Amino acid sequence: MRRKGYWPFLIPGVLASLLVIVVPLVMTVYTSFTKWNGVGEQRWIGFDNYTRLFEDSLFWSSFSNILLLILAMAVVPTLLGLFLAAVLFDYVAKKFGNRWASLFRSGFYLPQIIPVAVTGILWGWILHPEYGALNRILDTIGLGSLAHNWLGEPGSALYSVMGIMIWVQLGYPIVMFMAGLQRVDPELYEAADLDGANWWQRFRKITVYLIRPEFYVVLVTTTISALKIFGPIFVLTGGGPSNATLVPSYFAYKNFFEKAQVGYGSAISTVLTVLIIVLSFAFLRLQNRSLK
Amino acid sequence: MTVTATRAPVEPARTEHAATRANPLRFVILGALLALLLIVIAPLLIIAINAVKSPADYAGGGPLSLPTHLYWDGIVDFWNRVNFGQKLWNSFITSFVVAVLGVLLSILNAYALGIGKVRGRLWFLVFFLVANLLPQEVLVYPLYFLSKEVQLYDSLISIVIIFTVIQAAFGTYLLTSVYQEFPTELLDAADVDGAGKVRTLWSVVVPVSRPTLGVLFTFFFIWTWNEFFLPLVFLVSNDNQTVPVALGVLQGDRLMDATMTSASGLIGILPALIFFLVFQRTLTRGITAGAIK
Repeated sequence: MRRKGYWPFLIPGVLASLLVIVVPLVMTVYTSFTKWNGVGEQRWIGFDNYTRLFEDSLFWSSFSNILLLILAMAVVPTLLGLFLAAVLFDYVAKKFGNRWASLFRSGFYLPQIIPVAVTGILWGWILHPEYGALNRILDTIGLGSLAHNWLGEPGSALYSVMGIMIWVQLGYPIVMFMAGLQRVDPELYEAADLDGANWWQRFRKITVYLIRPEFYVVLVTTTISALKIFGPIFVLTGGGPSNATLVPSYFAYKNFFEKAQVGYGSAISTVLTVLIIVLSFAFLRLQNRSLK
Repeated sequence: MTVTATRAPVEPARTEHAATRANPLRFVILGALLALLLIVIAPLLIIAINAVKSPADYAGGGPLSLPTHLYWDGIVDFWNRVNFGQKLWNSFITSFVVAVLGVLLSILNAYALGIGKVRGRLWFLVFFLVANLLPQEVLVYPLYFLSKEVQLYDSLISIVIIFTVIQAAFGTYLLTSVYQEFPTELLDAADVDGAGKVRTLWSVVVPVSRPTLGVLFTFFFIWTWNEFFLPLVFLVSNDNQTVPVALGVLQGDRLMDATMTSASGLIGILPALIFFLVFQRTLTRGITAGAIK
């Protein structure tokens, strides 16, 4: 209360945010109500882009693809990560020592630090139909009939991307949950042991319950990154084959920079933005309520 | 390897317990975890062994055999062909400048919001939170258009400006919550000594919060290094590309054979791996400190 007159420190931040965030955001929302190819004149067309959007089957399929990617990037890694973190913290660290637990944690986290373009190179090469390592391995162990053009066939492309994204994401929940478990009072586990609880019961009743804050954070952040996904799609499949892996952000990118349909691209990214913000605030409310 | 903040305090009590119950199950679990770990790091190992394999060696033994001899030409060829040194420099200088400016901007914002508690600070915080959530697609076209207007398109400067602001939105959010808890006694003492607001910031607040600032710096550096979408749109000429963009656009290039592709993957991983090892302590602490991204 006594501290007054700090607002001048906000001036650079506010100006910079206006320039880089507010003005572009407003321009995109405005552009979404116009027809524009990026150079000529912008023509106001009201909600036409949006009505076109909701009738566009590509738009809908890009969102159903996103649902599957949320499964692969948020749901599966969170659940699997929760289980692995509990095993590492509560079993491996105690029976084999902390070094082992840390080693596993670092190993599982490794895919998280690799730049997305390199992830694309890595998996694009491993899954390559001609010289890729996966098909070679399948050949060697006599399962050559399963060999596939993994990323190049509409039937398998999205599932391949999902598998890769699980690989990418898994380390993040593990690190978060293991950190959360450090807060847990070891006496709780001791007491549960004395009461004759087995490992699974302790996991459900103590571990899961106590790291709910981390659980929410992980679920929200991974869901948002799934909604925003662009890089992996760009480097792995380019949205193809025949739009089998199209996602909203890549759909917007194509409209902006390949088709010069800037108004339509703006409408797509506006819808995506509204969705992300609504979802985040809904999550925040839910989290506040359940943690009270 | 990583930070082990609390060495399980129950360990002594457990050893006896474990010894009496030494059963094969524990090795089954360890074995299963090791198998899973192997699956996770196998792609990296495959890349590493093929990056140092000659094309003839690869044609003979396939992707899974160990190289008969170490062959560095694939890496050297790739390095020279894409002028990789230049890309490394571009990535380094942008990430470094963004990290420095981003931390500075976060400090200024958080000082006003967290310590100064300026009016309407809740709304500012909501703004910075929303700015964090925005997908870059919703900003990209106007930024592209405006940067062309001011002759900053295809320039590292535009990337530095944009990412400084984007990263600072996260930094402001995180740092404000830290500064809200800042010990008032220190601020009062600075007041008594007659230090102005600027002096207090630089000689009291910044030094005390240096650990958090270190985490922010590390985050900003690595995030900017790994950014792909906006650099892809903005840095179109060869000389301006960053490492991820250069590697990303080479994907599927017909001139790239299997070993050279591995080589490109390996030299793309190496800088990230080095940062990981260098920053590991800060990073593990930081991921858990403020995980909004």
